[in-house]
Amino acid sequence: MSYTDLSVNIGKLHLKNPVLLASGTVGYGNEISKFTDLSKIGGIVTKSLSLKPRKGNPPQRIVETPSGMLNAIGLANVGVEAFIKEKIPFLKELNTTIICNIAASSIEEYVECTKILNPVDTINAFEINVSCPNVKEGGLIFGNDLNSVGRITEMVRSATNKPLIIKLSPNVSRISEFARIVKEEGGDAVSAINTLVGTSFDIWTRKPKIKNVTGGLSGPAIKPVALAKVLEIKRNVDIPIIGIGGIMNWMDTVEFMIAGATAVQLGTVNFINPNAGVEIVEGLHSYCEKQSIQKLSDLIGSFQL
Amino acid sequence: MYIEKSRVEWIKNLLPDTFLLRVYSPLIASKIKPGQFCNIKVSESDFPLLRRPFSICEVDGEFLHFMFDVHGEGTKILSNKQKDDVIDILGPLGNGFNYSGDYSTAIIAAGGIGIAPFPYLIQKLADDKKVISFFGGRSKNNVIEYGMKNLLISTDDGSIGFKGNVVQLIESQYSQFRNESVRIFACGPNPMLKALQEFSIKNNIECQISTESAMACGFGICQGCPIDNADGDGYYLICKDGPVFDAKMVRL
Repeated sequence: MSYTDLSVNIGKLHLKNPVLLASGTVGYGNEISKFTDLSKIGGIVTKSLSLKPRKGNPPQRIVETPSGMLNAIGLANVGVEAFIKEKIPFLKELNTTIICNIAASSIEEYVECTKILNPVDTINAFEINVSCPNVKEGGLIFGNDLNSVGRITEMVRSATNKPLIIKLSPNVSRISEFARIVKEEGGDAVSAINTLVGTSFDIWTRKPKIKNVTGGLSGPAIKPVALAKVLEIKRNVDIPIIGIGGIMNWMDTVEFMIAGATAVQLGTVNFINPNAGVEIVEGLHSYCEKQSIQKLSDLIGSFQL
Repeated sequence: MYIEKSRVEWIKNLLPDTFLLRVYSPLIASKIKPGQFCNIKVSESDFPLLRRPFSICEVDGEFLHFMFDVHGEGTKILSNKQKDDVIDILGPLGNGFNYSGDYSTAIIAAGGIGIAPFPYLIQKLADDKKVISFFGGRSKNNVIEYGMKNLLISTDDGSIGFKGNVVQLIESQYSQFRNESVRIFACGPNPMLKALQEFSIKNNIECQISTESAMACGFGICQGCPIDNADGDGYYLICKDGPVFDAKMVRL
């Protein structure tokens, strides 16, 4: 079987294939590696890191919804220091691209995290989370504000020469304006989309089903929204897009690439099928063969309107 | 840990809404220990989207048994499986009961469907361990005796056995085993586990509790199933650090 070239470039970041695992759905790689060969996928994005460890939100943190789920984990993480000491040694041996996600409560914290992590060779790129819907400080306060996103991009850019990806919120009216400011301030790419704000009530107790009241909606339920956001960015701004939102299989991946995504991230599906990434890479090979596509990257933004 | 497509051998009712499912799952069967669990995808479609966690009830050679109540859409679909249907099982997951060591009497404390993990535990307990089982249910129509040994029953309405809850029943029998070296193994609703936690700490009895929570992945990546540690300054994950905890480790 002749294998197609599945590699893609996100700015200067070269990926052997476009399949990444999304932040917050793969931990720091160790648990999921018992079910799947991470060296076969394009890379992983580690759980959002803050300067200090975060305990996260009290239970209940998740609830299932039609074709999706709501989560309000609250950025539970080990903090930058423990990440370098305890998690990097494992990540180093994975033979896959490591993108380190950072979430912070202030612009200064974003910059400080980046400065501390920047010298770590194992980290190939940074993804900046300006769009977590489940924390009081930072998160959507930044993600909804063009000036903040621009300022964070500019400041973090000055702290690293590694590829810089900004993860955008869908909870805005014009996502392409956010992508534009990321490009203007020196960002290499955008990830779209983070989760949509949602909620769910127990009709017998009249209480919200998650303690945080609202959470982030993910899963197949949000795929059409995510595709529309990717398309909007693609048609308005010349910047690489990493498509995220309800991808379950290789067909969804192809759809995102046609809509304009250079690469994709798998999220919720990892909880259901931790080997989904490898299966999608195999599916992309056979799709390209059937379609006589030599380079998968030719598919990016190839929509016919 | 495996993701194993498993063929249904049979499914039968223990009570009108309580089922026992037997599936052919040789890889998981060769590894799973009492108190561990599996995360089961009950349909191939996106509805329901997530897997459902179930304790292992029994292992019979290369077959797994799961006991469950029909509680929502997922368990309803599972209860309608037929012989030769295939279900997708991820496991074994979590930490099971620690049942080895120096004690003479195993006290089994089960509340309702919390009985599910105990047939396998009883199967695995060494012959020299004395077993006394306690089951608590709402009424005589909710009593499950499957796989139990030396069983004492309590019901809330007193329609069979002791009138009261299962922890009150255990307390009423405490004089019997006060002077023996005892280890309690418990599974059931949170108020029951909490009462038992207090009882065991007060009387300095070793006690292991099997906890439950909504969860997505079942192996530590979604972070959806936290439980307070005893000091209340951090969380354990029920899926990965549990589901069985020493009663002294957690705040219920």
